[in-house]
Amino acid sequence: MTELSTVDTATWTADEMMTVAAARALGDGAVCFVGIGLPSTAANLARRTHAPNLVLVYESGTLGAKPDFLPLSIGDGVLAETADSVVSVPEVFNYWLQPGRVDIGFLAAAQLDRYGNINTTVIGGDYANPRVRLPGAGGAPEIAASCREVIVVVRQNPRTFVDRLDFVTSLGYGSGPDDRRRLGLRGGGPRVVITDLGVLEPDPATCELTLTRLHPGATVEQARAATGWPLAVAAEPGSTQPPTAGELAVLRHLEATKGNREAAS
Amino acid sequence: MAVIVPLHQAVAELIHDGDTVAMEGFTHLIPFGAGHEIIRQRRRGLTLVRMTPDVIYDQLIGMGCARRLVFSWGGNPGVGSLHRFRDAVENGWPAPLELEEHSHAGMANRYVAGASGLPFAVLRGYTGTDLATQTGNIKPITCPFTGEVLTAVPALRPDVAVVHAQRADRAGNVQLWGIIGVQKEAVLAAERSLVTVEEVVDELDPRPGAIVLPAWALSMVSVLPDGSHPSYTHGYSVRDNDFYLAWDAISRDRQRFTDWMEEHVMR
Repeated sequence: MTELSTVDTATWTADEMMTVAAARALGDGAVCFVGIGLPSTAANLARRTHAPNLVLVYESGTLGAKPDFLPLSIGDGVLAETADSVVSVPEVFNYWLQPGRVDIGFLAAAQLDRYGNINTTVIGGDYANPRVRLPGAGGAPEIAASCREVIVVVRQNPRTFVDRLDFVTSLGYGSGPDDRRRLGLRGGGPRVVITDLGVLEPDPATCELTLTRLHPGATVEQARAATGWPLAVAAEPGSTQPPTAGELAVLRHLEATKGNREAAS
Repeated sequence: MAVIVPLHQAVAELIHDGDTVAMEGFTHLIPFGAGHEIIRQRRRGLTLVRMTPDVIYDQLIGMGCARRLVFSWGGNPGVGSLHRFRDAVENGWPAPLELEEHSHAGMANRYVAGASGLPFAVLRGYTGTDLATQTGNIKPITCPFTGEVLTAVPALRPDVAVVHAQRADRAGNVQLWGIIGVQKEAVLAAERSLVTVEEVVDELDPRPGAIVLPAWALSMVSVLPDGSHPSYTHGYSVRDNDFYLAWDAISRDRQRFTDWMEEHVMR
């Protein structure tokens, strides 16, 4: 582990700030359904800092995984070795996710709209002949539907923050405040969207995503320019505390040893 | 009743052109070795079924074995795109690839229905998404007891399921442990099944969390040490994450992909 005194805390990347902000959004003791990539990094960062009792559930069926280094995939052996229980894939979706036993679902997005709806399927063209074929849904539609709340982590730019999705893979608030109830979705939907510029939260009345917080150095103008719709901004957006030396040390060690048992030990 | 036979014989007898083939293993225990034998025997027109196509289906698609793909997440886990899958969908190379696309929960339940001998499965899923607009295999269904509207998906009934496991005994009973994924359901949903194993042992002593697929529920077992590489076999090997990272560059270019397959799989 890197010594705290040697950590360069004067500079950090926008991705590091985004990951730290995502980790801080996870309360200790929460049950968190973790996808691979940034959500897994943030969840493991949280578990090593302020939330040692965070419960990590991976869709591979590993409940309560406590990896001692970052897995590259959602099914690396370290997850099964350190889990409280390893269950089948039908079980993780049917017994654990579907009935609402998971507090927080973590999702990424290739496209996101103002109501927190997500596309991870196709970009451009039409469905049968897309310009870009993305991986698709995976666990996301049911994570978005059934978790008590959803945290979306995504870089903010006009390609991603679009006025209209090319495909709805996972539902946020649909087209407004009543859609989730009308469709019978039992989870609460996106509580927060964390980007490399700041934090957006749904307006309590309209559910439209509203910029409520800026990361250090980011401006409202930057956030507006990075958004493909007229961005709603809180009257007085707050500001994110910069990453601490402790957070950066743990995060950089996790990233440096991702998928590599030998390097981590 | 399972018979233990060499892999080339198992693939020749069980898997035919035009079959619907489900090769499962959720990141762990992916049957790469069996997939490579299917490629070497130049099967064509397959409908490939799998929750996470992974690198093995990227290879089958790029080598022209597939006509259709039924799946729920087509990426290189932790790395990015499957370039051969994308090239087939975006550019029709080496052949157009028809897609039927689901969510993980939907696919898992489709296998459960198949294994259970039911025509369809019910779940809370897909609601409000565009997935149901692209296939007739996602439909609303009303609960006859509560009136609640849920989602129905039809059972998966592959012609053949192919999985990899740690070991078998001499009678062909198969034992697997670690991340068990959806392999049991895939095998029981399929008409025929092939299991490759790391080794054959005299006795399957108990292991924590292990499941046994009884010989009488299987068609063929083949011994194939390291048959899950670059995926892994819990207790025998670790996931070759460096290979998954390297695959991104190997698979990006058609010629480099083809050369790599010729050198590492075809001969």
